Amino acid sequence: MQFSRGRNLKLNPRLTGDRKGEHYPFSLQFYQVPPTENISLSEFETFAIERLKILKSIENLGVSYVKGSVEYNTKLENELRKLKFPYRPPQNDISDDVYDERRKDHISHFILRLAYCQSEDLRRWFIQQEMDLFRFRFNQLPRQKVQEFLKYSGLEYLAISEDEKKQHHDDLLNSTYGLSSTKLEELDFYKVRFQDALDLVRPRKVFLLQGFAYIPHTDIVTLILNEFRTRLSKALALSARSLPVVQSDERLQPLLSHLSHSYVGQDFSSQRNTGKISLDQIDALSAKSFPLCMRQLHKSLREHHHLRHGGRMQYGLFLKGIGLTLEQALQFWRLEFTKGKVDSEKFDKGYAYSIRHNYGKEGKRTDYTPYSCMKIIVSNPPSQGDYHGCPFRHSDPELLKQKLQSFKVSSTGINQILDLVKGMHYQLACQKYFELTHNVDDCGFSLNHPNQYFIESQKLLTGGQEIKKEQTSGESSQSNPQSQITSSSSSALMNTQSEDMEDLEQFFNEY
Amino acid sequence: MQKMNPYKIDIGAVYSHKPSMHNSVKSGTFQAQEKELVFDIDMTDYDDVRRCCSSADICNKCWTLMTIAMRILDRALAEDFGFQHRFWVYSGRRGVHCWVCDESARKLSQAERSAVAEYLSVVKGGEDTIKKVQLSDPIHPFIRKSITVVEKYFEQYALVGQDILENKQNWEKVLALLPETVREALQKDFQKARSSVERWEKLKKCLHSQDLKKGAYAAKEIMLQYCYPRLDVNVSKGVNHLLKSPFSVHPKTGRISVPIDFRRLDQFDPFAVPTISLICSELDNVNIKEEQESPGEGEPEVKRKTRDYKRTSLAPYVKVFEQFLDKLDQSRKGELLLKSDLKREF
Repeated sequence: MQFSRGRNLKLNPRLTGDRKGEHYPFSLQFYQVPPTENISLSEFETFAIERLKILKSIENLGVSYVKGSVEYNTKLENELRKLKFPYRPPQNDISDDVYDERRKDHISHFILRLAYCQSEDLRRWFIQQEMDLFRFRFNQLPRQKVQEFLKYSGLEYLAISEDEKKQHHDDLLNSTYGLSSTKLEELDFYKVRFQDALDLVRPRKVFLLQGFAYIPHTDIVTLILNEFRTRLSKALALSARSLPVVQSDERLQPLLSHLSHSYVGQDFSSQRNTGKISLDQIDALSAKSFPLCMRQLHKSLREHHHLRHGGRMQYGLFLKGIGLTLEQALQFWRLEFTKGKVDSEKFDKGYAYSIRHNYGKEGKRTDYTPYSCMKIIVSNPPSQGDYHGCPFRHSDPELLKQKLQSFKVSSTGINQILDLVKGMHYQLACQKYFELTHNVDDCGFSLNHPNQYFIESQKLLTGGQEIKKEQTSGESSQSNPQSQITSSSSSALMNTQSEDMEDLEQFFNEY
Repeated sequence: MQKMNPYKIDIGAVYSHKPSMHNSVKSGTFQAQEKELVFDIDMTDYDDVRRCCSSADICNKCWTLMTIAMRILDRALAEDFGFQHRFWVYSGRRGVHCWVCDESARKLSQAERSAVAEYLSVVKGGEDTIKKVQLSDPIHPFIRKSITVVEKYFEQYALVGQDILENKQNWEKVLALLPETVREALQKDFQKARSSVERWEKLKKCLHSQDLKKGAYAAKEIMLQYCYPRLDVNVSKGVNHLLKSPFSVHPKTGRISVPIDFRRLDQFDPFAVPTISLICSELDNVNIKEEQESPGEGEPEVKRKTRDYKRTSLAPYVKVFEQFLDKLDQSRKGELLLKSDLKREF
């Protein structure tokens, strides 16, 4: 992308019908070619903000609805329409409006690439949302458009022969959900390396033989998405390398860093809490302000004087997030572990390292951040002997019920929670649990992090003292223009999502 | 090696730079390049379904679990994923390791490894889940083939050996895995029956007679929960995870971590595996004998030393290892030949 020297040089090329079709023939694309035209800074800003808005709503929708469900699709379509992004192929020729939408889609994607290539975390978030967007758009394509799009993108798969299909008839039938024998006859199957279809291999939704996966045409979106992810993640790595050049432009640098700061808003690794909590408070806090997952880990640690690796990571980083210093953490774990089978020497040899590691004092020296709800729910599910994970996701409903009863949650409340669990809304279930245990009707935030749960709970219980502190610290740093970016993003911590976005817009307006 | 006299040797990944240099190269460039795809199965993970032993203990009864595990995984790795070179090793105490050494396996990324491991995991859930196996309709070919393996061992191992339906306390555990509608009837049936085998028959019959939508696969699910291999996914996932080297000595038991001959898997007995002290005494005996038989004969000392292992009970195990290496070597040569053929064509 090139940025012209003239700041407000507004270039809005109107092209003739043919050229338009050539540029953006489809409502979605692989974003292979970066835009080369000149755009004004103000357009740069609006594009960036609007793309960020759309990605954020994709994230939120993914939490509250099942991806691909009718509700999810209609809500997402509304969002896209509202922000004027392309969502489905138009019936007739590509009009100027459509062209503008697609151009915006193209350019804004590349702007956010610049903002979101800087760290592993940002990249992961960006790729995830972009993939959801891509999947949505791809699923909207009519059948014949799919073929055209694949051809256009240079992705063609060879279907297996009828003989081969007959040979594996039963296996193919049994590895695909909801496939009848007659449907199987019509359906094309593609044979690809299993590495190219991991999303189907993982949940065992595809037939595997000799390292090849046999993919029905209906699941081809998985292959395409895989391709999309590989290309995007490679491209982001490349962008990261050339980022210093872009950052040396003083017009763009603050914009970009602010854009990336506003993702999920919160960073619970920040050191502002450290030292606020003493070890003897933990028991009381765990009953009052810990989310269920952490309360469960704490209880099991106190009972067994041991936690396995997954539990130590999840709980240890959470404790770090609520403000335990390294020294406190070492003392805490040593005290508990030495009550059990581990003696002090073994603790120093086997466990102290990983605690120091979490605090960025060993190995790669990364200051690790506490796990988010998403991470806890999706990755590393607990197995035999483990107590980590999300109790709403990883517990049998029956056991969850008992547990809630023992915490004196009312039976109507338990039923509400169990309904949410059934609908796979684990975070909403946890939010409900928060509301019930704190006696509030509406908690007024959308929960996506155990540490957020803790902060919100403390805020309620200590009567908002936390907020005051937050504001004063925000104001005091206002006087220093250099730190404005960081302070405004940290004061956004307490805001809800929408306010966060307003904040961002305000920032750009001031700018 | 002799100078360092290490306490244990772990094998990790092949890195882009010498690990001792990892602080001197630019951060980010020190990366794991490739590693064998490894699996670690540990008897501890079966604690909720074993009655004979717990935690680090094993006996001949529960070793069957490892046999089942190896059969299922080996089949899947070979047939489903097409890996040729699978090397099974007894860990020295309570589990087994599998090293998949194909070139394609060594080059797998972390995401690919975890996908393989998850494909192979059926038993899911921690301390807070009772029912850890949920089958969905239709049954995937992989599950079907795995069940066939389990079926071969189930009666002998679970019903006779572990006697999982022996008394009320134990069968309650099994009943908890069944749909509620059949529990009561079975409770009565179980009291009348005399052995686990009989009770199991009743259970199957009962499930069969009832037209259950939810519990259509209940019997199969129970079999899998009790017998299906429980993988430590995190070991397989990481490219840089360390695993104990084959032929090292287990620090607690003193047993040598020996390769397992897959053709004679059912005969493998973890208690017959030589320990370090046994081998030492064997070596001592050999030396004494030799000195008595041929004192002063000028045989070159070096030659004798290299073959010492052949005179111990370790010999058959080393042979398994050598055979494995030969095969690996052959296929590598084949690949190289193929490559050079291709080049000539161009």
